[in-house]
Amino acid sequence: MRKIWIASLAALGLATFAGSAAAANLNAAGATFPAPIYQKWFEEFKNSHPSIQVNYQAIGSGGGIRQLTVGTVDFGASDMPMTHEQLSQFSKFKVLHFPTVLGGVVPTYNIRGVTQGLKFTPDALAGIYLGEITKWNDGRIAKENPGVRLPNADITVVHRSDGSGTTFVWTDYLSKISSQWKNKVGANTSVNWPVGLGSKGNDGVAGLVKQTPNSIGYVELIYAVQQKMGYGSMRNSAGAFVKADLETVTAAAAGAASNIPADFRVSITDAPGKNAYPIATFTWMLIPSKIQDASKRNDIKTFLKWMLTTGQKDCAALSYAPLPREVVAKELKQIDEIQ
Amino acid sequence: MAAPATISAPPNRGAQSFLKRLRGGDEVAHLIVLVFAAAVFIVTILLVWELWRTSQLSRHQFGLSFLWTSIWDPNSDIYGALPFIYGTIVTSTVALLIAVPLGVGAAIFLSEMAPPASSNVFTFLVELLAAVPSVIFGLLAIFTLVPLMRNVIGPALSKSFGFLPIFKGPSYGVGVLTAGLILAIMTFPYIISISREALLSVPREQREAALALGATKWEATWDAVVPWARLGILGSIFLSLARALGETMAVTMVIGNDPKIHASLLASGYTIAAVIANEFTEATGDLYLSSLIELGLVLFLITIVINGLARLLIVATTGPGTKK
Amino acid sequence: MTAHLRWRKFLNGTMLGLTGACTIITVSMLFLILGYLIWNGGKSLNLAFFTKLPLSPGETGGGMANAILGSFQIIAIATIIGVPVGFLAGVYLSEFGGSAFPFLVRYAADLLNGVPSIVIGIVAWALVVVPMHHFSALAGGIALSLMLIPITVRTTEQFLHEVPQSLREGALALGASKWRMVATVVIPAATAGVLTGVILGVARIAGETAPLLFTALNNQFWSAGLDEPTASLPVMIYTHAISPYEDWHRQAWAAGLVLIALVLIANVAARLILSRGASTQRG
Repeated sequence: MRKIWIASLAALGLATFAGSAAAANLNAAGATFPAPIYQKWFEEFKNSHPSIQVNYQAIGSGGGIRQLTVGTVDFGASDMPMTHEQLSQFSKFKVLHFPTVLGGVVPTYNIRGVTQGLKFTPDALAGIYLGEITKWNDGRIAKENPGVRLPNADITVVHRSDGSGTTFVWTDYLSKISSQWKNKVGANTSVNWPVGLGSKGNDGVAGLVKQTPNSIGYVELIYAVQQKMGYGSMRNSAGAFVKADLETVTAAAAGAASNIPADFRVSITDAPGKNAYPIATFTWMLIPSKIQDASKRNDIKTFLKWMLTTGQKDCAALSYAPLPREVVAKELKQIDEIQ
Repeated sequence: MAAPATISAPPNRGAQSFLKRLRGGDEVAHLIVLVFAAAVFIVTILLVWELWRTSQLSRHQFGLSFLWTSIWDPNSDIYGALPFIYGTIVTSTVALLIAVPLGVGAAIFLSEMAPPASSNVFTFLVELLAAVPSVIFGLLAIFTLVPLMRNVIGPALSKSFGFLPIFKGPSYGVGVLTAGLILAIMTFPYIISISREALLSVPREQREAALALGATKWEATWDAVVPWARLGILGSIFLSLARALGETMAVTMVIGNDPKIHASLLASGYTIAAVIANEFTEATGDLYLSSLIELGLVLFLITIVINGLARLLIVATTGPGTKK
Repeated sequence: MTAHLRWRKFLNGTMLGLTGACTIITVSMLFLILGYLIWNGGKSLNLAFFTKLPLSPGETGGGMANAILGSFQIIAIATIIGVPVGFLAGVYLSEFGGSAFPFLVRYAADLLNGVPSIVIGIVAWALVVVPMHHFSALAGGIALSLMLIPITVRTTEQFLHEVPQSLREGALALGASKWRMVATVVIPAATAGVLTGVILGVARIAGETAPLLFTALNNQFWSAGLDEPTASLPVMIYTHAISPYEDWHRQAWAAGLVLIALVLIANVAARLILSRGASTQRG
């Protein structure tokens, strides 16, 4: 009897530890904003390049930046371009920003009895998130939505509880259109929210809004689409109400594309243009400029080239907008900076 | 027959040489187990030291005011522990308010009123409850307790008691009360099993004396047995409190993750354990990270104190020669 | 019968009922939990769960094979580190100690036992992840071993203590040296109890999530090594439960069922061993 026990324990032990170490492993962490397309990319990339396995953990843009800073991941991902302060933390190498896709952050909601798309003015949105507008049938919301039966119910505001680039894009936009927001709260991956419940990741916010009646949250477009949740259109700087989709998000980047700065760090919220969606953003992969391990370096370069060419074809299906051509050209040149 | 050798007085080994003792193996064995025991001691010291060291930045920056600052603002790099201390204490208090009456009641039933066979079976089942991992409680809570709270319990409380500040405001399903409820369920087994032990260790004479004087079963229990075991029961409460304070997963899945102090139990909140779990991997900036670790240090110190109290109380009742 | 007596009898009956109700409420929690898990998890449990890797959100199918293996690896590391340390420390406390140092060791073990699991995670992160510059299964295993050590110490000491003094004296009287007496007589006599404690301890750490959140992190593929991020069942349950994807919820239920099945089986098995061991000792 004892021999059987020992034998099976040994077999279990062998099986447990034998299975490891298959492919070359790259570790990455960061934003949940582009997580759906990144997951798809890494799976597809693994199918065409079986020896390269990228483990991407969507822990939020703040997490991506943090883990890159302490060196526990090979590269990071963020929807917020790194600040000067964050960049100065790196002594051994520079951090290169590589835009990957364009996306839009939408105000998604779950309101009893409302199936139509709502129109939000910048002031209404700021008012809701500042906690000044507390009921759905408030005049400032109802004014733009005459045909809709808005209930006399409390608005449950949902925001991110983790360090999020999506939060940065959202608060960056709110800071631009509301001086009150700018002074009281500001723009960052993590802010002191005046009101609301917190949830983890874009998926956490989508989940909470989906489960909570009369709530509103902000998520990347694909999350609202996948969950079949209603999302509103925003009034842009030209005065038109636009809903986020490939066209309007691409239009938001049009102005920035031709004169994008050399390090690709740019904000395109509240972009000019009649058809521009005001809460759009690039999202970046953060790659170290010096990578010691030669095989890791080559793997990352291979992936980046693949991403900028083949990978871009996957964008539309997941409701992200592909990068403008001029940007892709400049990025392909930046790959050579990785030593 | 020769007197049996005792263990406490080792035979005189002074005469033997060191090598002979070594070959005898006792010294080696002693050394080996001593090393491992020391390892346990050293690891614990290392733990406390690491907590202290890595929280240095925020301790120096904020000093003691960290404990009563209620702002948690990563944007401006200002951190205060008060909302989390508040949330931790309130959720645990709610948990105890629910779990103690139910738990002590069940313990009394299982030790005094139930026939021994079924008592053992029920106790076994309750102790299995203690083995259920926290994340599974969280999983269940998200899909059962949260909708229940949002659709049934919350509105009912608002309707009947909405004038009280602790039940004001809308009910989102997630919130402090929900967290307290799930913590209560997680706490039952500890209160029940330890209180039951304390009650069972009350000498028979107490019960028999009371019954002989004509007391009903309940009166014998309540007036003669329970007071004798009260320190042990109190100890079980403290032990459960210590566990509830440190609970992470189930709480973070249902509390709403809002670092603010709200009076209403229906509102969302945050506990120390939950905020560390959520924000640790993403704390950009050394002060942010250090503040989170300092929160961990605060939690650690609170649980040490409460665990210490619990142990004193439990030992006091179940040890030999306990006083009334 | 006076009114007072009637009242007392009424109170007696009512309290019997109330305390009985308390018991039923608390015990029924276990059945509710099991019932929910079996109902929801059973629906989603299939062979794919045990053999396939998780898919991207939005795609159906896939499983948690990597998390199951990852959990095994992490628990194995924790057991290999934690059990010997805890066991030998327990032997020291029970058989070899004096009075001063054992007190410190016992106090340290109690302290370690009371540390909240999230704080253990912080310490393991600071001690293992940061110097290694890697999230890893190893870090996760070390974190869990920190929780296993105090449990093992206490169990070992307790059951060694319960071995009757007569056994020790008999061995010594036959001329055995102290370590031989401990190794060949005392420890085997306490096997059932110690084994029980170890099984219960391992079952306890198998379900821990918080310490793994920033030590082993997570991985959607097979772990590339013990020094790489590794998926584990509890962390998978957490991330899937808070997501908005129906399919991930399904997977979370299935994983929850598997986890609780393992934990409960271990618990029941441990108690069986204990009761059987105890009865052979008495006989």
